[in-house]
Amino acid sequence: MPSGAWAPSPVELERRAYRRSRTARSAAVSAVSTVVVLGILAWLITHSEGWPRVQETFFSWDKAVHSFPAVLKGLWLNIRLMLICGVSILALGLTLAIMRTLRGPIFFPLRLLSTVYVDLFRGLPLLLLLLLLGLGVPALRLANVPTELAFWGAVAIVLSYSAYVAEVFRAGIESVHPSQRAASRALGLSNGQTLRHVVLPQAVRRVTPPLMNDFVSLQKDSGLIAVLGATDAIRAAQIETASDFNYTPYVVAGVLFLCLTIPMARLTDHVARKQGWHGAGGPL
Amino acid sequence: MTPRPAHEAPLLSVRGLRKSFGDAVVLDDVHLDVQPGECVVLIGASGSGKSTLLRCVNLLEQVDDGVITLAGRDITDPRVDADEVRARMGIVFQAYNLFPHLTVLDNVTLAPRRVHKVPRAEAESRALAMLERVGLADRARARPDDLSGGQQQRVAIARAMVNSPQLLLLDEVTSALDPELVGEVLDLLRDLREEGMTMILSTHEMGFARNVADTVCFLDGGRVLEQGPPSEVLGSPREPRTRQFLSRLVS
Ligand SMILES: Nc1ncnc2c1ncn2[C@@H]1O[C@H](COP(=O)(O)OP(=O)(O)O)[C@@H](O)[C@H]1O
Ligand SMILES: [Mg+2]
Repeated sequence: MPSGAWAPSPVELERRAYRRSRTARSAAVSAVSTVVVLGILAWLITHSEGWPRVQETFFSWDKAVHSFPAVLKGLWLNIRLMLICGVSILALGLTLAIMRTLRGPIFFPLRLLSTVYVDLFRGLPLLLLLLLLGLGVPALRLANVPTELAFWGAVAIVLSYSAYVAEVFRAGIESVHPSQRAASRALGLSNGQTLRHVVLPQAVRRVTPPLMNDFVSLQKDSGLIAVLGATDAIRAAQIETASDFNYTPYVVAGVLFLCLTIPMARLTDHVARKQGWHGAGGPL
Repeated sequence: MTPRPAHEAPLLSVRGLRKSFGDAVVLDDVHLDVQPGECVVLIGASGSGKSTLLRCVNLLEQVDDGVITLAGRDITDPRVDADEVRARMGIVFQAYNLFPHLTVLDNVTLAPRRVHKVPRAEAESRALAMLERVGLADRARARPDDLSGGQQQRVAIARAMVNSPQLLLLDEVTSALDPELVGEVLDLLRDLREEGMTMILSTHEMGFARNVADTVCFLDGGRVLEQGPPSEVLGSPREPRTRQFLSRLVS
C-alpha cells in the first residue's frame, strides 16, 4: 500500500471521534467553570454594601470618557520612556555582563567595576534611585545637563534595570556548555570571536524569555516617574482626580497599562514555548 | 511467515501501525508479534523508525493508525490510562536519561515509591537487589555523573527492571558507549534474556543480534521489510535492501 493512498482505518476514526469528544468536553467544562466563578465574584462584589459608592468613584463612565485623552497623552510618555529605556538597558546590561565574564588579570578593574555596579544598583530600591536622581541632580544646577524630570527618571530606571539584566545575561553566558567554547577555540577562533559568534548567540536565545518578562515589568515601572511630577499616564490620572476626588482616571490608566503589558506577556509565553520545543534536545 | 509455532497468545501485538510527523511518514503499516519470553531485535539504518516504533509501544507517541495490544488489551485506545500501561513496561534510552540530581539508588527507587507506592525500605531493598544484579550495588550512593557510561546504562536498565515489567524496551542502549564498555551491557542483556525476560531492542551490534534474538526485524523507511529468525534474516536475507544494509555494516 503506497503511503499516499492511506486512509484512516475505522479504529483510528473511532479514536479520533473519541478524542474530539473529550476535547469538546474539557472546553465545555472550563467554559462553565469560568462563567460560574466570574458570576459568583461579580455577584459578591455588586451586592456588597459599599458597591454603589465604589462604582461611582472608581467606575464612572462619564469621568472615564472625560479623562481618557489626558491619560492617553500621559501614556505616550510612558511608551517613549519604556522604548528608550529598554534599548539602553539591553546595551548596558550586556556590556556589564561581558565585562564580568572576562577572564585574565588585566581585566580585573573591569570585573570589579561591573560587580560593584550590579551590587549597588540592584540593591537600591528603584523608587529611592528615582527620588535621589530626579530631585537631587537638577538641584545641583549643573551646566549643560538636562533638567527635565523625565530624563532623570529614565536614568534611574536604566541604572536599576541594567543591573538586573546584566545578571540575566551573565547567567545565560555561563549556561553555555564549556565544550562549546572548547570546540570554537579548537577551530582557531579567538576568545572574543568565540564570545561573539558562539557563546553570545546561544546565551541570548536562552535568556530571551526572562528578559521579555523584565520588559513587561519595565512597562509598569515606567509609571514610577509620576513621583517626580513628570506627566505620564499615572500623573495625568492623578491630576484628573484632583478636581472632584473621583478616582476613575486611575482605573483608566490601569486599563491602558494592561493593554500594553498583556500582549507583551502573551508574546513572552509564545517565545518561551517555541524555545522549549527547540531547546529540549538530546537523543531519546 | 511465522517461523516459530505461535501456540501462545502474543504478549505484544502490533497491527497496521502508522506514525507520521507532519508530512513525513515514519512508520507505515508495521506488523509485529512478540511472544512471552521472546527477544525481538530491530535492525535498520539510522532514521528507519526503530526508536519511533519503541516510543509508540511505550505510548510516548500517539499513533496515527493501527492497534497495539499488550496481553490482549488495546493500549492505543485513548480511554486507556497510559501511565498505568507504561508502569508495566520498562524502557531504556540510548542516552541513559538518568536523573542527575538523584543518587543511583534514588533513581532506581523513584518509580517504585512514587508510582507503585512501595514503602521506602522495601523499595530500597528491591533496588539494591536489582543493583546487585547489574553489578553496581557498591555504587548505590553515587551520583550518575560519577559513573562511567556503561555503569550509567546498567543503572538505567536496573531502573527499568525494578518494577518487574512484563516487557522491556531497549533503544540502542550501547550506541553511546565506548567500545570497551559495550560488552558489560550486552552481557547483562544476555543474562536477562536467559531469565526469560520479554524484550524488544534496537541495535547496530549484529553479532549480539545473531546471538540473542529469537526474531530479527529489518526496518527500512518505516516498514518491516523482513522478519524471521536471525539465521534467516542475518544469514541468508531474502530482500536486496537487507543484504545491502548488512554488507555495509560488515565492511
Ligand atoms: N519528534 C519528531 N519530529 C519529527 N520527526 C521525527 C521525530 N522523531 C523522529 N523523527 C523522524 O522520524 C524518522 C525515524 O526516526 P527514528 O525512529 O529516531 O529512527 P531510528 O531510531 O531508526 O534511527 C527520522 O527521519 C526522524 O527524523
Ligand atoms: Mg534511534
